[in-house]
Amino acid sequence: MRGLADGTVTALAILATVLVITPLVAIFGYLVYKGASSLNLAFFTQIPKPVGEVGGGMANAILGSGILLGMASALGVPVGIGGGIFLAEFGRGTKLANAIRFTADVLNGVPSIVMGLAAYSLIVVPQNHFSAFSGGVALGIMMIPTVCRTTEEMLLMVPHAVREAALGLGVPNWRSVLSITVKTASPGIITGCMLAFARVAGETAPLIFTALGNSFWSISPNEPIAALPLQIWVYALSPYDDWHRLAWAGALVLIILIVAAVSLVRFVASRGILKGAS
Amino acid sequence: MGVGIEVLNLNAWYGTNHTLQDINLNIPANHATALIGPSGCGKSTFVRCLNRMHETNPIARVTGTVRIGELDIYEDAKPVEIRRRVGMVFQRPNPFPTMSIYDNVAAGLKLNGYSNRRALDEIVEKSLKNSALWDEVKDDLKKKSGASLSGGQQQRLCIARALAVDPEVLLMDEPASALDPVSTSKIEDLIFQLKSQYTIVIVTHNMQQAARVAEKTGFFLNGRMVEFDSTHKIFTNPSDKRTEDYITGRFG
Repeated sequence: MRGLADGTVTALAILATVLVITPLVAIFGYLVYKGASSLNLAFFTQIPKPVGEVGGGMANAILGSGILLGMASALGVPVGIGGGIFLAEFGRGTKLANAIRFTADVLNGVPSIVMGLAAYSLIVVPQNHFSAFSGGVALGIMMIPTVCRTTEEMLLMVPHAVREAALGLGVPNWRSVLSITVKTASPGIITGCMLAFARVAGETAPLIFTALGNSFWSISPNEPIAALPLQIWVYALSPYDDWHRLAWAGALVLIILIVAAVSLVRFVASRGILKGAS
Repeated sequence: MGVGIEVLNLNAWYGTNHTLQDINLNIPANHATALIGPSGCGKSTFVRCLNRMHETNPIARVTGTVRIGELDIYEDAKPVEIRRRVGMVFQRPNPFPTMSIYDNVAAGLKLNGYSNRRALDEIVEKSLKNSALWDEVKDDLKKKSGASLSGGQQQRLCIARALAVDPEVLLMDEPASALDPVSTSKIEDLIFQLKSQYTIVIVTHNMQQAARVAEKTGFFLNGRMVEFDSTHKIFTNPSDKRTEDYITGRFG
């Protein structure tokens, strides 16, 4: 009887795992099938060709996505981590902390297109032009709630004994929080940042009214800028087979770049951690 | 060198719970003093009042006077200054999990802004030698994390970490209760050596341990100190009936 129960639960767990992994593998497999054939050097080095000309690439969109995500992270990561530290360490139990936590949860549920509209009305309209900056801000704000709440939860998981050890050495509280608690929780905090990063990396909606897209090279924060998701969206909706193929390739590249960026950060972060550390 | 501790009318609360009531006590310098008593009797709260760790809990409160040497710790100094003079070793070994062995020992100095590398190297070596851990870890100081050591080694690492900031008093809250017998006896040997340089206060559940390491012993019961005397007197001829009942195993 016990063996039967054990076997059933194990089988259900395996089934659930398969169900989780299948869509991921299927999507990736389909992207490779549809997109890999259009991947060539030109895709990574050239900008889009005008309609009717064969070839061209998404180099400007890859660079543009990098710039947008850089700006988004520069805004979302420090603000999110700072907010998380406040929630877990300094503001615990205060009304302000409860208000921030509630706001972060609501912000997390706001549809991304609304975030784009907000950035449009707050930045694009007053400046009177679309810009990379406004797109970066829209994505950055979307990162804040995830980073903030993950940071809070990871900090709360740091054992009380570790905090006491630091206080017992005569280390001031703020120093103990920054150098001991945050450091101990850093693997989890980094994971939270990566989750937020990967999520906004594929966002299209907040960029439609902000970054707008651009068929040419542009690295200026004050100009409209190209982004991979936008480019994929435009190409996928177009009536041209050539553009459809490029859209598939773009989607494949987007996923590969996200995985590469996340792996790189994890690798760099893990080098700082010693043998035997949990 | 160690300094004596003088405690006058110490009272402590957790919320509405009056955990320590009118404690008066003189702890001699450069000796080991053991505090015994059943669980929940207030002995841990008492040592946590000696370095102002008690008040890190938001619902905790303290009244009374504690003098460490000449310093009235509740009147004349900030908590962080006192905790540098009064080191603490906790019940469960609590090394900083992300730090190397070296950084664990150096943590108290580094986090307080001390950065002279050569001096740090010397202090780390001296502290690890003082805690009888040096020979076991000297080849892996910066390679291994403090958390990779065994439980007994971790506790000696925590002692080294406490010694590195050069305290005058060392508080130990059941330092061996989570350890195996071999590690326990190493910690006890260590206490024996350390008391020539530091004033040691050790909370213990283990009466044999109190008898082995301490010259003075205090017996706590229900938040009060029932008896404080030489360890020999407490264990052979206690003045109070309740002490005798506890020592002979009639309760607790």
